[in-house]
Amino acid sequence: MKDASKNQPLDPSGIEHVAGLARIRLTREEKEKLGAQLSDILGYMEKLKSAPADDLEQLSHILPLKNVTRPDEPSSPAGSEQYLRLAPEREGGFFKVPPVIEET
Amino acid sequence: MPAFQALNRLSAHELAARIAAGRATATAAVRDCLERIEKTDRRLNAFVRVDREEALEEAGRIDRELAAGRNPGPLAGVPVALKDLFCVKGREVTCCSRILEGFISPYDATVARKLKDAGAVILGSTNMDEFAMGSSTENSARGPARNPWDLERVPGGSSGGSAAALAADQTVAAFGTDTGGSVRQPAAFCGVAGLKPTYGRVSRYGLVAYASSLDQAGPFGKDVEDLALLLEVIAGHDPRDATSAPEPVPRYRDFLQADPASLTLGLPSRDTLKGMDREVAAAFRAAVDTYAALGAKFVEVELSSLEYAVACYYIVSTAEASSNLARFDGIRYGRRAPGVADLLELFEKSRAEGFGEEVKRRVLLGTYVLSAGYYEAYYGRALRIRRLIKNDFDSALAGCDCVILPTAPIPAFRLGEKIDDPLQMYLTDLFTISINLAGVPAVSINCGFTGGGLPVGLQLVAAPFREDNLIRAAALFEGATAHHLKKPALDDR
Repeated sequence: MKDASKNQPLDPSGIEHVAGLARIRLTREEKEKLGAQLSDILGYMEKLKSAPADDLEQLSHILPLKNVTRPDEPSSPAGSEQYLRLAPEREGGFFKVPPVIEET
Repeated sequence: MPAFQALNRLSAHELAARIAAGRATATAAVRDCLERIEKTDRRLNAFVRVDREEALEEAGRIDRELAAGRNPGPLAGVPVALKDLFCVKGREVTCCSRILEGFISPYDATVARKLKDAGAVILGSTNMDEFAMGSSTENSARGPARNPWDLERVPGGSSGGSAAALAADQTVAAFGTDTGGSVRQPAAFCGVAGLKPTYGRVSRYGLVAYASSLDQAGPFGKDVEDLALLLEVIAGHDPRDATSAPEPVPRYRDFLQADPASLTLGLPSRDTLKGMDREVAAAFRAAVDTYAALGAKFVEVELSSLEYAVACYYIVSTAEASSNLARFDGIRYGRRAPGVADLLELFEKSRAEGFGEEVKRRVLLGTYVLSAGYYEAYYGRALRIRRLIKNDFDSALAGCDCVILPTAPIPAFRLGEKIDDPLQMYLTDLFTISINLAGVPAVSINCGFTGGGLPVGLQLVAAPFREDNLIRAAALFEGATAHHLKKPALDDR
């Protein structure tokens, strides 16, 4: 595992990698500005290293709820039309996207 | 001065009582609010959408119900404003983001449905930081909202529009969501009361998600009785939200009368409270003295983990946001960038055009802390510290009814003052975000003003599902002070 403190991950190539993962296209100005700000914020987060929490169990959710189920009863959901009509592009009963598989 | 008081100036419980007794109508209440919005919102920008016709129509329906002798519910005829992230069937919901412009909700959020069922009339949607990410309502695609106490200052955020609208009497009640202080901090900045319920107390169904393990909807009220009344209406288990708690909902209004001698408050050490603005510190000390004079008991509590709360929060919340906001892909709803060649370009360009800068910043940060090689160092670490914070609150609240804290370390700041320094902006959330990480309920009430006339918020924190203790403690303070009755002098400007 990499040690986060030894990296400068949000240099221009680092921020480009993260933006790719997040599926957000950034302009050059944005890369510079956001990269610097995020490096600043990550620097502040270094203080977490000194917190006395090594032996504590991770807490991802606050309520002691587990396996919440309900009776499997059919209901009548609204028709697909009212969801499809929110789509920026559609074709009949489908959401339309650019070609995903190339024609051979 | 007119001899009568305009209905929009009343509290929700006063108005509901008047309408139920036939001494006012829902229609007149809605008209008074609409008139006030018309008169003041050009300056405040608190509303991003006013549903004038729908509101008047609904008010008319409620008046007819009442005339026919039926009871349309505990909020019959009370105008309410909802932050622009509560889905209301048939109305546009945008989270003040370009990416959701034109999105018409096909269904009601549970909170919206419960309000309708209680007879409330929805006036429209209020301004907010885009996707609830911010502390000033400056990150809004609809332009910033302004603070009614000083138009050059922010109303707080992210539910700044709801707080400003209520403080300016544009509405009689308002609702927001609180992920790291987004109800309490704007309540403090605008001099109204605001409550963040226990995580799971109120259904999140139909609320556009920011950070799902932290988000809770909560009411803004003109007084503590309103908070109790509004919470009774919106709280409760919802089968449509698997994280809503199957706990019974007490009648919170039963806790408005309390014996001060039975109240024990937990006061954090001086060290925990460092970094407060001088005038905020003075107002906070005066509030502590007020409780002491009333006969409340004090114990000192240790909350040393607060030091890590901001860093922990901005890892946990952005990680969850990066995942939640992945749904905005330009395919099923929302904005789609034109003229794209392939799917990847469709995602990348739609999101680049649709998201504002703070949303990009947080999605990138969240993506980074979850990415291979960094996950354990940041996200994994933050989850352990979240446990540390929760343990601190558990111990503190085992020995008292409420912990007493300032809501924000500073009063409302000037527009533009912090917008270019996100870390400084994040640090203003110091006293509110640990409460979301711990999942406990908290309330902010007005505890005085700075020399410049800006409101200061006092925060009370209780154990999970002990909102009754918040109501008791807050009502005691309100009964002994008159800060909450003061109104901003908007008309004189």
